[in-house]
Amino acid sequence: MSNKTLFDKIWDKHEVMLLEDGSSVLYIDRHYIHEVTSPQAFEGLKKRRLSVFRPERTFATADHNVPTMNQDLPVKDLESRNQLSALDSNTKEFGIPLYDLSHPWNGIVHVIGPELGLTQPGMTIVCGDSHTSTHGAFGTIAFGIGTSEVEMVMASQCLVQLRPKTMLIKIEGELNKGVTAKDIALYILSQIGTNGGTGHFIEFAGSAISSLSIEGRMSLCNMSIEMGARGGFVAPDEKAFSYLKGREFSPDSSNWNQSLDNWKALFSDSGAVFDTQLSYDAGQIPPMITFGTNPGMGIPINEKIPRKEELKDSQTDNFLKALKYMDFNEGSSLEGSSVDYVFLGSCTNGRIEDIRDFVSLIKGHKKAENITALIVPGSKQVEEQARREGLDKTLEQAGFELRQPGCSACLAMNDDKIPAGKYCVSTSNRNFEGRQGPGARTLLASPFTAAAAAITGVVSDPRKYLY
Amino acid sequence: MAYEPINTITSTVIPFPVDNVDTDQIIPARFLKATSRDADFGKKLFADWRYTPGGEPKPEFALNKFAGNSSILLAGENFGCGSSREHAAWALYDYGFRVVLASSFADIFKTNAMNNGILVIPLPADIYQDLLNEIQQNPNTQVKVDLPGKHISFRNGLVQHGFDINPFRSQCLQEGLDLLDFLVARKDQIIKFEQNYLSF
Repeated sequence: MSNKTLFDKIWDKHEVMLLEDGSSVLYIDRHYIHEVTSPQAFEGLKKRRLSVFRPERTFATADHNVPTMNQDLPVKDLESRNQLSALDSNTKEFGIPLYDLSHPWNGIVHVIGPELGLTQPGMTIVCGDSHTSTHGAFGTIAFGIGTSEVEMVMASQCLVQLRPKTMLIKIEGELNKGVTAKDIALYILSQIGTNGGTGHFIEFAGSAISSLSIEGRMSLCNMSIEMGARGGFVAPDEKAFSYLKGREFSPDSSNWNQSLDNWKALFSDSGAVFDTQLSYDAGQIPPMITFGTNPGMGIPINEKIPRKEELKDSQTDNFLKALKYMDFNEGSSLEGSSVDYVFLGSCTNGRIEDIRDFVSLIKGHKKAENITALIVPGSKQVEEQARREGLDKTLEQAGFELRQPGCSACLAMNDDKIPAGKYCVSTSNRNFEGRQGPGARTLLASPFTAAAAAITGVVSDPRKYLY
Repeated sequence: MAYEPINTITSTVIPFPVDNVDTDQIIPARFLKATSRDADFGKKLFADWRYTPGGEPKPEFALNKFAGNSSILLAGENFGCGSSREHAAWALYDYGFRVVLASSFADIFKTNAMNNGILVIPLPADIYQDLLNEIQQNPNTQVKVDLPGKHISFRNGLVQHGFDINPFRSQCLQEGLDLLDFLVARKDQIIKFEQNYLSF
């Protein structure tokens, strides 16, 4: 009887060669690129006079630098415009399809990959972006790489990788009302920290994970990099298969049954052994929010920021440094503290279900006067879907505006930034110092919690507003 | 990416005993807009910690306080976590760092550093503390990093600490090679793999 993990099954199938030192030459099925981490890779190819080995396996989009308003006008920032036009000329020169701002499939790389059916179960997927782990929602080995590796994949469709250790995180039970995949991610992070998964690939399993939608699983897998893991995935099931059916790049009807048969073999055997195993009770997970400057510094929304005595000595310096940056006091409550900005969007929470969650909570309320809100769909298709469902109208009635797709205020590379000293309840993935703009203060949370802050103007427990 | 080979490096060390230094701190996203590796990313290394918003150096920040020609950085746990931006490795390299010693490293950063000629060495807690104390007491302390010999030494050789490194990676660093040439040289095997793989 076989006792392999799903990770090992996928890895073994993609191993071109095993090298003497134990690392593998790993074949890559899909390679996604964007404007920020690809130009130096193309530059390297040109210097070495190499072509792209398998251009049909690489797909490009413009997302990090793009404005989220007036996308029909030229991009104002000169450096951003240069980087976008470099992507345009490089992809043309090397024969790679590009979904730029004028294309109906444009959007954040980790939103469009699944949406177009490019991401499929059992694949190896890489991108010069740490949140490539998002694609794990379909049972893939998907991980972020650097620009040197982007160049290697373009030149050879392969990478040299050491096989990581495996970790199983099981979450059993039923999630409470108002608790989302984002809260699960922030909860795990609050337990294991931002290096709890270092050296590992995580498989998420258990009844609470099965109950998540595919989009929820994307939010969770997205944050596995924040746990320090190379990536995280969920074994594919009927939800994954039906999500993919009929999408642009999904197997067509003549190949569908064969693909389905292959995909159904993608699970960890019952006797599979993981290097590390953790388990949590879904019922114990509340809506979470972060108070500090890494995603592991999270607390249940209705609890207090810890006191330094409650932490390990080794954590004290970082903790006090974070509180100083955030201008919060140890032992104080976050609920009721003032908020200036709300950001809904990013590869973590920029999908249609995230916008639906946000809208379901703000419906019938008004945006608080002190709040500046950035409501940013993850792709053109998400934007269109939101408009088809009339979500844009409900947003407008409440004083919000649906913007155009892009990475937006997640990383302060484009026009959407949070000013110094301001507080932003953000559905993105990182609350690092300056991540949303120099001096910006980020509180990571779910779309529900972002919505509750948007209508009250302060950090609020979303459960009080959900019916 | 092309880089100078590493063999043995003897240098002072810049102490930066901070945990969870993420790549957004090593180089903020707004400085990732160059399209050529020829840009000097070293100027933007730790930009928001190193300079005031007005562009003045902050005197208390390690790179300003211990100015000099150090090619070794000493950092805390989980160095390089967060974004996969290779610009973080480029910024360290362009500034002049060739070795980063730390309690531990984030995975993607570790790979990016090695691919750009930066040797990363995780240190056990006792060696880390000993070295940190030594540098803080005597900022002119010389530390020797011997890549072929797989050890670092300080306090005039009285402290020697051996480290493990993948032999293939070590060879690449010593010869200034990168893995791209290695992969491209194996195209025949890759094509053969594809033929079996795609017929599946």
